[in-house]
Amino acid sequence: MTVETAVGLAVLWPLAGIGLIALFRRWPNVRETATLLTAGSLFAIVAKVILPAVMAGGRPRLDIIEVLPGLQLAFEVEPLGMLFALVASGLWIVTTLYSIGYMRGHHEENQTRFYICFALAISGAVGVAFAANVFTLFVFYEAITLSTYPLVTHHGTEAAKRAGRVYLGILMGTSVGFLLFALVWTYLAAGTTEFRPGGILAGQIDGWQLIVLLGLYAFGTGKAALMPFHRWLPAAMVAPTPVSALLHAVAVVKAGVFTVLKVLVYVFGIDLLASTDASRWLTWVAAFTIIAASIVALTKDNLKARLAYSTISQLSYIVLGGALATSAGVLGGGMHIAMHAVGKITLFFCAGAILVGAHKTEISEMDGLGRRMPFTFGAFLLGSLSVIGLPPMGGSWSKWYLMLGTVEAGQLTMMLVLMASSLLSIAYLMPVVVRGFFRPPTADGHDDQDGEDSPKIREAPLLCVMPPVLTGIGCVVLFFYADDIYRLLMGIVTP
Amino acid sequence: MFEGGLYPYWIVIFLMMTGLYVVISRDNLVKKVIGLNIFQVSVIMFYVAMGKVRGGTAPIEAEGFTIYSNPLPHVLMLTAIVVGVATTALALSLVVRINEAYATIEEDEIRELEREEEA
Amino acid sequence: MTGGEADLITRVSDDLPALQIAVPLLSAAICLLVRRARAAWAVAMVVAWGSFASACVLLSRVLQSGTISYAEGGWRPPWGIELRIDLLNALVLLVVTGICAIVLTASPRSLDQEVWREHHHKFYALYLLCMTGLAGMTITGDAFNIFVFLEISSLSSYALIAQGTTRRALTSSLQYLVMGTIGGTFLLLGIGMIYMVTGTLNIADMAVQLAAVGPNRTVLVALACIGIGTGIKLAVFPLHIWLPNAYTYAPAIVTAFLAATATKVAYYVLVRFVFSVFGAPLAFGELRLDAVLMPLAIAAMFAGSFVAIFQDDIKRMLAYSSVAQIGYMVLGLSLASVSGLTGGLVHLFNHAIMKSGLFLVMAAVVLRMGSTRLDAFAGLGRRMPFTMAAFVVAGLSLIGVPLTVGFVSKWYLVVGAIEGGLWPVAVLILLSSLLALIYIWRVVEVAYFRQPPEDAPEVSEAPASLLVPIWVLAGATVFFGVFTSLSVGLASAAARMLFGVEL
Repeated sequence: MTVETAVGLAVLWPLAGIGLIALFRRWPNVRETATLLTAGSLFAIVAKVILPAVMAGGRPRLDIIEVLPGLQLAFEVEPLGMLFALVASGLWIVTTLYSIGYMRGHHEENQTRFYICFALAISGAVGVAFAANVFTLFVFYEAITLSTYPLVTHHGTEAAKRAGRVYLGILMGTSVGFLLFALVWTYLAAGTTEFRPGGILAGQIDGWQLIVLLGLYAFGTGKAALMPFHRWLPAAMVAPTPVSALLHAVAVVKAGVFTVLKVLVYVFGIDLLASTDASRWLTWVAAFTIIAASIVALTKDNLKARLAYSTISQLSYIVLGGALATSAGVLGGGMHIAMHAVGKITLFFCAGAILVGAHKTEISEMDGLGRRMPFTFGAFLLGSLSVIGLPPMGGSWSKWYLMLGTVEAGQLTMMLVLMASSLLSIAYLMPVVVRGFFRPPTADGHDDQDGEDSPKIREAPLLCVMPPVLTGIGCVVLFFYADDIYRLLMGIVTP
Repeated sequence: MFEGGLYPYWIVIFLMMTGLYVVISRDNLVKKVIGLNIFQVSVIMFYVAMGKVRGGTAPIEAEGFTIYSNPLPHVLMLTAIVVGVATTALALSLVVRINEAYATIEEDEIRELEREEEA
Repeated sequence: MTGGEADLITRVSDDLPALQIAVPLLSAAICLLVRRARAAWAVAMVVAWGSFASACVLLSRVLQSGTISYAEGGWRPPWGIELRIDLLNALVLLVVTGICAIVLTASPRSLDQEVWREHHHKFYALYLLCMTGLAGMTITGDAFNIFVFLEISSLSSYALIAQGTTRRALTSSLQYLVMGTIGGTFLLLGIGMIYMVTGTLNIADMAVQLAAVGPNRTVLVALACIGIGTGIKLAVFPLHIWLPNAYTYAPAIVTAFLAATATKVAYYVLVRFVFSVFGAPLAFGELRLDAVLMPLAIAAMFAGSFVAIFQDDIKRMLAYSSVAQIGYMVLGLSLASVSGLTGGLVHLFNHAIMKSGLFLVMAAVVLRMGSTRLDAFAGLGRRMPFTMAAFVVAGLSLIGVPLTVGFVSKWYLVVGAIEGGLWPVAVLILLSSLLALIYIWRVVEVAYFRQPPEDAPEVSEAPASLLVPIWVLAGATVFFGVFTSLSVGLASAAARMLFGVEL
């Protein structure tokens, strides 16, 4: 198998999995095995075939078809997309394991539809990762939006439908209103939408137009959840927890920030941005989002809502990294895609496990739960530390490079923002762990009937607990293997 | 072209506006159809006036005649008249069916009935 | 094959343009004579698919050897009546005959429910007459002939609409008749004025003579009359008021047929007159047609979509959506640039496919549920999965999701607007497509996420005779969204031809 076919195969692979899932819809065990096999083999393709080629400096390219003159549907793998594809396909395995435990433990309906849409979203994410131009990226970006909509409205309740409307409204609204506009504009200005090292816009458009175009891209990518287009993320929390994990860590939001980063690097080019200061305003928007979302997170008692705002804040780290327009910033941003993904997915898995095991969603009710669910809360601790950015967790590296980036760009205010945000994230994540481990269990409200030794509260099923433990350990492992990611991403700044 | 000033065209315009006014203002469907007819006739007049040449005769070659009216617009109007007749016939048959279905051909009453139906 | 047969085939194929009109016309009479529903359908099917095949042959011939000119009865143009097929109307003919054939294929089951069986043969006769008129309007090279064929197609379409099951079909039909006749008469008036100025009825000859005459008041009024006339038939906002009623109360098959063909041909006539007769410099430079049409087009895009959002009857919703989509086509014309017109023409092609598909879905829903009200869609995603999946695909295309035809149209319109420096228009195009998202998604949400009422009767999937045509059209919205060389290639070649830009 040549690398080029592998690239095409990687995008189609989840679709083949859908066939299997639909075929075996009557036999849940076979169906889930099919999903797992698909996820595992996809990761194998990405990590074993494509990754070595990219590490060796290759840029495998696959042209599919020219849809309109100058608009190619084509794939080309570069380091940033490589990293994103690795994250998406790797975490799909873990999420699938977790979904099996969660969906069964929680007796969810429509599981086949769930797995099918999940696979579609992964296909979309891989497509976004490998897109060779803005057009292809846009195609798969919309595919992700549409395929995740049934996941958000999974329960079919009035609240779920309302959330679905907000979700689709904001994501489609921004992408059609701004991103498509930016795509047409780029096409008309540069005559192409190909991603090229150093960008394609240099010398094509001038000062204020550059700023407006950047704004269209940054806000058009609603999935990056830059304020004020972040509302869909908390709204989508009505979905089952594996979906939240998918939204926040694997496919959706990462596709968003990935898009922003990729556009900054390969359409604008960091040299152009650095020399024109066109992205200066974006650092401020990102900084505002970082701080404001963190403060909102503090006020949320619902664990998933708090994590959602934490995600909004963390996503802007990545946007900030790109907007700094320095090589360290881009490296840090890129690295944060992976680090945050693993950290945040751990937290969401834990939130789901707490829901399945203890039927709790509010943080104030979680006193003492840690003693009954030590693995879950242990994993939560690991994930929290990584999101906060403390060693020896993977998250510390990306934060380190982002800090370096602020120094390189001479924007010390942004460094202060990052520090403040770290403190804020301690303030909103640590109380969960502290309550779980150090507070005595409460005996108020309906918990009365359950009593001290309530059989109801215990660790969730194995398949619900194992994934967060795995990803929690993953956070630690990433700390020691950050060098590999660094070497991969160096390909962006030194082609 | 007709040389006696533009007054045939004024007649055309008058007929046209009359027809249009009847179509718009009358509630009775049969009157509406009549208005439509007047409207169509005005355009037929327009073509006829256009083809007429003062002092010209019917375009049949004969001794002593050198000026002929333009036959083409006149011939075209044969078709237009047929179209008009067909339209009127169809419209009237629809009116008959409407009368059967609604027991009235007054547009405001029909609209009232339809509104009740919807409510 | 003997020499004589080969000779016959060549002769027949040379006469294809005339047969395109004559065969459906005569077959309509045959349909009346056979009097048996299925037999009449069989006749109509042979004729419709034959017409489609012949349209394909004509198109390939135009692509190979350029414009076809056929002198009816052997009288040379500009004196005789000419049938003239170039890139533009070859494309339109392909759309019209193709949609005719596909919709006809889907018709028997739906008609069994909506029209008395004794009337079926008349229905097919009218259908073929309407097709005759539309094909005639498309390929004729004679301005007066356009009027005649317009009336043939209009009269038969009034009768077709009146076949609807409710009595409101009658009033809707009469309303359309009154407006349509006014429109046709305005067109006749406009043609008469051009004849006054130029002394010819041949379209190609008119263009030559008009260019020599230049702009004067008669020409201006002629353009206005033709604009109003075609505008009514095309349902340009605010002349669209006949359309929602007519589409809602007509039998579902008739709606699917008319929505995809009648307005498209009217659009073609407008384009033909504006570009081939008046010429772009005269129409846009001197007479400022764009200044009139563009605000109307934009108003249609928003008003149509906005009203569609609040409709409880989905067939009516789609009818209002048509008003909006026609706005896109007119906008393409009014951009007065090659990209813009390409967008308009490509949207003609694309919208025909999407809307006929969507209205056929309505036919399937009426067949199974007896209604197209929003409540009837509850739970249909599960109960009629293939039908609703087709609705979603065609609906996404209407919204303009990439890799569907809707995206292709929107792309050219936005490019055209930006090229012309009309940034706000580009923004408005994109914003209005979000309105489509709202009205399509209302249906999707009910179909997939609302449980049907407890006492709802069992509903089975639509019959294959409907489902196959529906999926041919839904598949086409994706196929032509990815493989755009046919639609875009033809549309942009036609647009360049109309602007006189070298190919």
